[in-house]
Amino acid sequence: MKTKLRALALGATLSLVGSATLAAECIAPANPGGGWDFTCRQIGKILHDIGQVDNPVQVTNMAGGGGGLAFSHVVNERSDDSDLIVAASQATATRLAQNAYAGMTADQVRFVGAIGADPGVIVVAADSPFQTLGDMVDAVKADPGSVAFAGGSAAGGFDHLKVLMVLKDAGFTDITKVKYIGVDGGADAITQTIGGFTQGMTGDMSEIVGFLQSGEVRALAVLTEERVPGFEDVPTAKEQGFDVVAVNWRGLYVPKDISDEDFETWGAKLQAVADSDEWKEAMAANGLAPFTKVGGDFQSWVDGVIADTVELSKEIGVLQ
Amino acid sequence: MELLSNLALGFGVALSPFTLFLAVVGCFLGTIIGALPGLGPSNGVAILIPLAFSLGLDATSALVLMTSVYYGAMYGGRISSILLNIPGDEPALMTTLDGYPMAKAGRAGDALVLSGFASFFGALFATIGLMLLAPVLSRIAYQFGPAEYFALYLLAFSTLGGIASNNQAKAALASCIGLGIAMIGLDNQTGMPRLTGGNLHLMDGIDFLVAIVGLFAVAEVFIFIESHGKGSSIGVKLEKVTLPVRDLVRGIGTMIRCSTIGFIAGVLPGAGASLGSFLAYVGEKKWRGGDRSGFGKGDPQGVIAPEAGNNSAAGGALVPMLTLGVPGSGTTAVLLALLMTLNITPGPTLFTDRPEVVWGLIASLLIANFVLLAMNVPLVKIFVKILTVPPWVLLPGVMMVSFVGIFSLTGSYFDLLLMIVFGIIGWLFRKLDIPTVPIILGILLGKHMEDALRRAMILSDGDWTYLFSSGISIGLWAFAILGFVAPFFLRHIIKKPQAITD
Repeated sequence: MKTKLRALALGATLSLVGSATLAAECIAPANPGGGWDFTCRQIGKILHDIGQVDNPVQVTNMAGGGGGLAFSHVVNERSDDSDLIVAASQATATRLAQNAYAGMTADQVRFVGAIGADPGVIVVAADSPFQTLGDMVDAVKADPGSVAFAGGSAAGGFDHLKVLMVLKDAGFTDITKVKYIGVDGGADAITQTIGGFTQGMTGDMSEIVGFLQSGEVRALAVLTEERVPGFEDVPTAKEQGFDVVAVNWRGLYVPKDISDEDFETWGAKLQAVADSDEWKEAMAANGLAPFTKVGGDFQSWVDGVIADTVELSKEIGVLQ
Repeated sequence: MELLSNLALGFGVALSPFTLFLAVVGCFLGTIIGALPGLGPSNGVAILIPLAFSLGLDATSALVLMTSVYYGAMYGGRISSILLNIPGDEPALMTTLDGYPMAKAGRAGDALVLSGFASFFGALFATIGLMLLAPVLSRIAYQFGPAEYFALYLLAFSTLGGIASNNQAKAALASCIGLGIAMIGLDNQTGMPRLTGGNLHLMDGIDFLVAIVGLFAVAEVFIFIESHGKGSSIGVKLEKVTLPVRDLVRGIGTMIRCSTIGFIAGVLPGAGASLGSFLAYVGEKKWRGGDRSGFGKGDPQGVIAPEAGNNSAAGGALVPMLTLGVPGSGTTAVLLALLMTLNITPGPTLFTDRPEVVWGLIASLLIANFVLLAMNVPLVKIFVKILTVPPWVLLPGVMMVSFVGIFSLTGSYFDLLLMIVFGIIGWLFRKLDIPTVPIILGILLGKHMEDALRRAMILSDGDWTYLFSSGISIGLWAFAILGFVAPFFLRHIIKKPQAITD
């Protein structure tokens, strides 16, 4: 009992330490361990290591509502805090586009930059009859019910949208007919595909690395501009004639009411992180491909992504 | 050979001084938790999970600590059964039947030592079984699609309902309440919020840890307050501890038989340790000639049987949890929650994706087992002392740990309120004799079960016969129905023995 109480006291102390410093703060809108947490901790650490900030960046985990709780916190309570950055990814944009944050919209914050991305992939089991992305698209066109896809996001989520974007680009318009099941993460989606319950898996490159190496799956296409370093034998959708780029970018947003000057400063700091060797190592270790867009350039790119997602979501009916 | 290299990998992880230290701490805490009346393995693990997070343990360390607590509690439960005639936890219920009469006859020390060895044998048997069987079970994973998973979850609900209560209707009701709670939050298939009332706190659903701590720990404190803290006191004195060699040798056959029964009961999803010890005791009694045996009157074999059975079942229950992501008992349901919070998805791919976690766990279970044998046989007197902590000190402590633990985990006042609500529900349900374990199972598995059903329906274009389209799913359906219905009939044949009220 005594040991228990002592451990408890330690736990309580640990969770109290470290509020109220003047250093920059990075909110990870999720529990420790996930992608957003990684973004905050890595970027925060490198910012300090390369001297872009004086004090170590303090990371706050604020899980809830798929990032919605942190978003509402920033919008309602910290709207002019120039020392605050918040981890974001494609999922943030998708959820904002699909009105999943209880009525809040993307223009209530400013997207300041992305410095890395997990490329989208479309994968089949090793013994699948589909050899190219074209084979798969033809099969869907012939009979949409015959090809089911599994992915790690809910219906209407980014993994689902990747498939739909490819099919739309190929001229297939009846996209509500496409069969998609959302399972608990990429590994589950692959298991279902290897087991033959679904014919294709849609996900991120980092999710399939282990299975690619063990030879249990084949990647039909990666959804990037160019082939991904380290995975040169996986062709892009583009070179197979489908003009689709879909990557799960990792980046940051900042509160809306900070000055343009502060906004540009954060952009420049992120650019410095992107150029650092530390970040390149961190990306390689975590299956991320280079993808750098900062400042106003990134903001307009995110606006474009959100507009596209809204359009696609309306077509498949997840958005009214 | 593969087994040996895997085991080497596991010991490489488990034999680091820090992990070893955690295993010892876990065993110690677990034995205490098990020994204290009311605090069983599931509450113990549930209470300690938030601590594991506050201490910032990595996945393997957290898992080692928690499973040591789990095994420790399974050992510790027998101590208060034997000395106080109060089972320290539910699976230790059967141990009171012969343990307490033995203690009253002045053989408390013998009973503790014998049951300690029986626990060791059962747990060792199960850990070896886990080692040999789990990889085999994990290979069938690719055979499991949405339809099969749905049937599997159904099996867990129906068998648990049959065991957890004497009343199928109440267990079914509790399961449904759990399933209802699981509906709250974002719908996994469409990403749309359900039943949240627009509250962002409810978007991610209700955290099962909040529910577990509320239903078990907080409810326990309410019960205590209500009974005006009737104190517990040691009814039997423990004199000296010796090794009853003769009884031990005679008990080897009992241990082998009961461990086997226990392990099988543990592997079946939803059955768990209570069933293991119950079946082991009843089976061994039959084997020894039913009422003509000394069972129930202080027979040493009557102490060995349920302890071998429940510890073996505890290990067996880890098999379906690790390989299929389906917990075999209430405590493994809590452990499943731990794994999910650690971002480890137990299930078919766990053995290939995270071998260091699985084999580290198995190796540390083996180590924990030896540590526990040492703690529970020569050092048993220490734990007997702890039973003299008055409940009015103990239970407020439990309350405090619950609050700080949950708050440090979620950092939300909303969850604290929710936890108290669950405490009240738990108290009310105890009054109504409605089991709370199915509620937890409902919250934990409800979403997965629903998802599996909906995925199956998407893949089959809404054709419900898809649910019965493979041999595996038909088999699981059959077992599920049998598991739910059989207790109606069995209850008349094998009456669940009541604890001696003496």
